[in-house]
Amino acid sequence: MATLQTRATARIMMSPAVILLFLWMIVPLVMTLYFSFLRYNLLMPGTEEYVGFLNYRYFLTDPAFFTALGNTLLLVGGTLLITVIGGILLAIVLDQPFWGQGIVRLLVIAPFFVMPTVSALVWKNMLMHPVNGLFAWIARTFGFAPVDWFAQVPLFSIILIVAWQWLPFATLILLTALQSLDGEQIEAAEMDGAGPLSRFIYLVLPHLSRAITVVILIQTIFLLSVFAEILVTTNGGPGLQTTNIAYLIYSQALLQFDVGGASAGGIVAVILANIVAFFLIRLIGKNLER
Amino acid sequence: MGSITLEKVSKSFGTTSVIPEIDLEINDGEFVVFVGPSGCGKSTLLRMIAGLEDLSGGRIIIDGKDMSNEAPAKRGLSMVFQSYALYPHMSVYQNIAFPLKMDGQEKSAIDKKVKDAAHTLNLTSYLDRRPGQLSGGQRQRVAIGRAIVRQPKAFLFDEPLSNLDAALRGNMRLEISDLHHQLKTTMIYVTHDQVEAMTMADKIVVLNAGRIEQVGSPLELYKSPRNVFVAGFIGSPRMNLVSGAAAEKHNATTLGVRPEHVQISKTEGAWKGTVGVTEHLGSDTFIHVDADGVGKITVRADGDFATEHGQSIYLTPDPNRLHRFDANGQAI
Repeated sequence: MATLQTRATARIMMSPAVILLFLWMIVPLVMTLYFSFLRYNLLMPGTEEYVGFLNYRYFLTDPAFFTALGNTLLLVGGTLLITVIGGILLAIVLDQPFWGQGIVRLLVIAPFFVMPTVSALVWKNMLMHPVNGLFAWIARTFGFAPVDWFAQVPLFSIILIVAWQWLPFATLILLTALQSLDGEQIEAAEMDGAGPLSRFIYLVLPHLSRAITVVILIQTIFLLSVFAEILVTTNGGPGLQTTNIAYLIYSQALLQFDVGGASAGGIVAVILANIVAFFLIRLIGKNLER
Repeated sequence: MGSITLEKVSKSFGTTSVIPEIDLEINDGEFVVFVGPSGCGKSTLLRMIAGLEDLSGGRIIIDGKDMSNEAPAKRGLSMVFQSYALYPHMSVYQNIAFPLKMDGQEKSAIDKKVKDAAHTLNLTSYLDRRPGQLSGGQRQRVAIGRAIVRQPKAFLFDEPLSNLDAALRGNMRLEISDLHHQLKTTMIYVTHDQVEAMTMADKIVVLNAGRIEQVGSPLELYKSPRNVFVAGFIGSPRMNLVSGAAAEKHNATTLGVRPEHVQISKTEGAWKGTVGVTEHLGSDTFIHVDADGVGKITVRADGDFATEHGQSIYLTPDPNRLHRFDANGQAI
């Protein structure tokens, strides 16, 4: 009967943490849900009243919503593409033995430790600035007209910055996966007559598939809510070109003081995230089962 | 179509020399076993023949062509690894077909060869499975299947049976020997197990610290080991090696006598001793005797031979089957 007892004890011991976590999650969610059904504008205090699904109607029929949705998906997709492909290439390079490997690995991982706001500011003012930026200087050195990144390709610029931040994460996960590849398998393939490219396609990629799945899942969760980089660089502009869902909600709540509308947006974002997660798990989750 | 010649082949990692210099001739169709204790360089030598390890010096000639610097795939050899090195995400069929696919052969030709190989190795009903769903012996057979579909000039086996349990090892030993008789292809087999070496080989190469101690057929090595190392390594249970007064009586520094060549008697003999542990195998009995002034001697006696621990006993080595070694360990 020891097992029953220990199980009960374990439940009791676990419960404070679980209850705290549950409250931590459920209280804000319920409050957001509650606010989303109110007319709740900070400029008109005292006029809060139940308005049903009006906030949702406004949010979902707002043309800005669809632009923001598209931008969010582009931002997630573009960043995933760059980080996964770049991460695989970098991991393969870093897996080769070369002099100074330790230092180089450390440097590659460094961007992950830089705060999003800081890195966005560095990119904005030191790299992508059309007058003072490094890219502009390079362009001028070769006689080209400098690109005004945030005016001409704003969303792509944001994707670049975010991808730079997440590349180390992808590289790190993929590198560890690469290191766990059995050396004898590679040698066997070598004896079987597989060249470097075949070995990559038939051995390395399948071996990495699980790690790639993890990278995609984790990054998607964080990339759906990219905010700081947009706030610091473009403020969602020009126009709505770099506004994603997270930024749209922020502008509802703190620029237009419409807490009710923003709450409705928040709930919509949660639902959207769940839809994305559902398809992701369906699509690639089976990789994790093996 | 599968003779391999090693000419002054040597290997060193940095300043440590692993294999000083080796000359070896392997004839077409021969089953050659490299045997030696762990760390003697036998796997390294095999990997050098395969092309997975660079030569530090010397030449490897396969079928009359110098292949010392060719890529592994170009040498026309197949290798079976200790860990089998199967591709885990591919089915058995895809695993066996992989070398043919890399060779750019047609789908129908591949299909036929894979099915043939699967038939030879009794794998037909497992073709759709993944390696992870197979038992050790089945994985071993898949690895062999992957090796034979290419119809190589020679097979290289790197301790292929060491991950199997004893019963399965015995079976696979027979299967590999059978396969050799069927295919008549040159095979080079690396093992540290002298039983595998004795039972399978046409020619045994005994290696120690990167040097070849002796090359010969199993019975040659058994009957006339060239030195103490080979004498102690080949044969099971090990040869008894006696030094001191008992050996000097026969004009040798070390005297070797195999357990099966010692007469045991309860009444009289050359050496007197007390019985220690007795191992009953049914067919044989191994008796470990502590002989006075000689040392510990293992004796192989009849299965019915009854002794008790601590009993006094007399031993007589067969005078025609004594192995005498000088101070340098060389046979006299």
